[in-house]
Amino acid sequence: MSSIIRVTGLTKHFGELKAVDSLSFSVEQADIYGFLGQNGAGKSTTIRMLLTLVAPTAGEIEIFGMNLRTHRREILRRVGAVIERPDLYKYLTAYENLSLFARMSGIRPTSRLLMQQLEQVGLAERAQSKVKTFSQGMKQRLGIAVALIHNPDLIILDEPTNGLDPQGIADIRNLILHLSSHMKKTLLVSSHLLSEMELIANRMLIVDKGKKIVEGVVTELFHPGQTLVELDTSDPALTAAMLRRSPWQADLQTHRGTKFLLKMDKALIPSFVRDLVEQGIPVDAVRPRHPLEDYFLSLTTANQHVEAFTDRTV
Amino acid sequence: MWKLLQIELFKIFKRPRTYIPFGAIAAMILIIQVGLKFDGRSYVELILTSLSDTFNMPYALIMNGYLAAFVILNTLLIQVPLLVALVAGDTVAGEANMGTLRLLVTRPVSRTQLMLVKFGASVIYTVLLLLWMALLALFLSMWVFGTNDMILARDNVIEHIREADVLWRYFAAFGYATVALTTVAALAFLLSVFAENSIGPIVATISIVIVLTILSQMRIPLYDDTVNPWLFTSHMLAWKGFFYLKSDGQGGTIDGSVENLSSILRSLTILLVYIVLFVTAAIWAFRKKDILS
Repeated sequence: MSSIIRVTGLTKHFGELKAVDSLSFSVEQADIYGFLGQNGAGKSTTIRMLLTLVAPTAGEIEIFGMNLRTHRREILRRVGAVIERPDLYKYLTAYENLSLFARMSGIRPTSRLLMQQLEQVGLAERAQSKVKTFSQGMKQRLGIAVALIHNPDLIILDEPTNGLDPQGIADIRNLILHLSSHMKKTLLVSSHLLSEMELIANRMLIVDKGKKIVEGVVTELFHPGQTLVELDTSDPALTAAMLRRSPWQADLQTHRGTKFLLKMDKALIPSFVRDLVEQGIPVDAVRPRHPLEDYFLSLTTANQHVEAFTDRTV
Repeated sequence: MWKLLQIELFKIFKRPRTYIPFGAIAAMILIIQVGLKFDGRSYVELILTSLSDTFNMPYALIMNGYLAAFVILNTLLIQVPLLVALVAGDTVAGEANMGTLRLLVTRPVSRTQLMLVKFGASVIYTVLLLLWMALLALFLSMWVFGTNDMILARDNVIEHIREADVLWRYFAAFGYATVALTTVAALAFLLSVFAENSIGPIVATISIVIVLTILSQMRIPLYDDTVNPWLFTSHMLAWKGFFYLKSDGQGGTIDGSVENLSSILRSLTILLVYIVLFVTAAIWAFRKKDILS
């Protein structure tokens, strides 16, 4: 299966700053490819290079098997993108904005198609309203409509849930899943909402300071079924002694002060809590943490609570 | 390309601020016309002061729609560059400021095409602005003041252009003015590529035009021979040359002639070269630009 996106040695300097450093990755057909990294990690710069907004200092980008530098127009006809906070023409209506960008993307949209697209993102009733009257969430949804109007094969979404309420976030999640599973679109999604990425991405890339940290299939990089559990107790000495005597010692990652961090299958949490209570451990709190969040933090920060992973690609 | 141009014009004319220059021109022209209608005599006496000992012409012969149009053009073609820069300076910088530039550049359209279309739209806007000015300055003046032979004072010479010989000169003058203002538009367009906000290019364009105009009109020998002939501002008012006739050597003039057509054509060529240079530089810079907005 040929890659939809193949990036090799991608580098970008802004003066002295190396925003992206020899980045290589690939996105396969029908992937929902999660692109993760802290602020300033180089995600947006990489996405802008994929969309020819920014010229790479070095490296090659192939999309649909074509070199981006030499086949830019053919490639962009098949790509739709939402880049950060989508800004549209505030003095035009939603309908006019969508029509304008559709025509620039090379299609002749009918009124019916435009209204269908607006309906898909929940803006049909506001089709004739000027964008300056829209909330940020509505602008985001219109941006997504603009990205999808020409039926692209590859969809690049940079923070697509910015400004959306929980229902809006859920709608975008369902839309992404629908585009991938039913319409066989390939998606590259950059997001800070790790809980959302955990639910939708099948492959992912984590970058930090412009470099690739890890890339691979989500289920092979970490176990979504496992979680980190933070135990807060008022008698840490008793708790430490109890853990040393028990099978739970193997799950202990670290402990500091009154807090103990363990890694276990989610299904075992009730047993763990029961054991603590039966042993007379004074439990102040037991808090599960998101596996992707901790995996991400372990790779991108000097977090003392979590064991560091070495660089690897699966 | 035509489709893209339509889209660009649609965007320009859907924006309320686009119509401000049209309103401003209408207001200025009407103010001048009202002033001339009610006190044109004082104005004519003023411009003919140095010639009053030699010539004594009836006011009714001098003041007509053609002279009024000339007065209006003489006044406005100094201010109109600002209005042209308002739109041209906004073409790229305005999109960057709105955040729409990244949406445009990610369409399957080459950056060169995008820039040519944007400049083309600026040129069309400039032409429409001048047509509007022609309509009000010339045709409205002709209706308000009537028509007759055109009498112009130039230094210590009176130019007398017969009525039938006037109108084509105005068409030529407006055509030339279009190129002159397109040069200003091209400069604003170039500066727009380097800015994220349209105020910068607009102010910079006007500042450059003012400074170079002052330089053009200063009679410092150092600049007169070496620099001034090559400044585009030195050639922006060459449209007046269409109203200067060739002498017949017997104290009269030759109908249908232009005194120094080759000089006008040379000025026109220089302006066209500037337009090509500014637009080429703008396209080159835009093709290399990283779109971070």
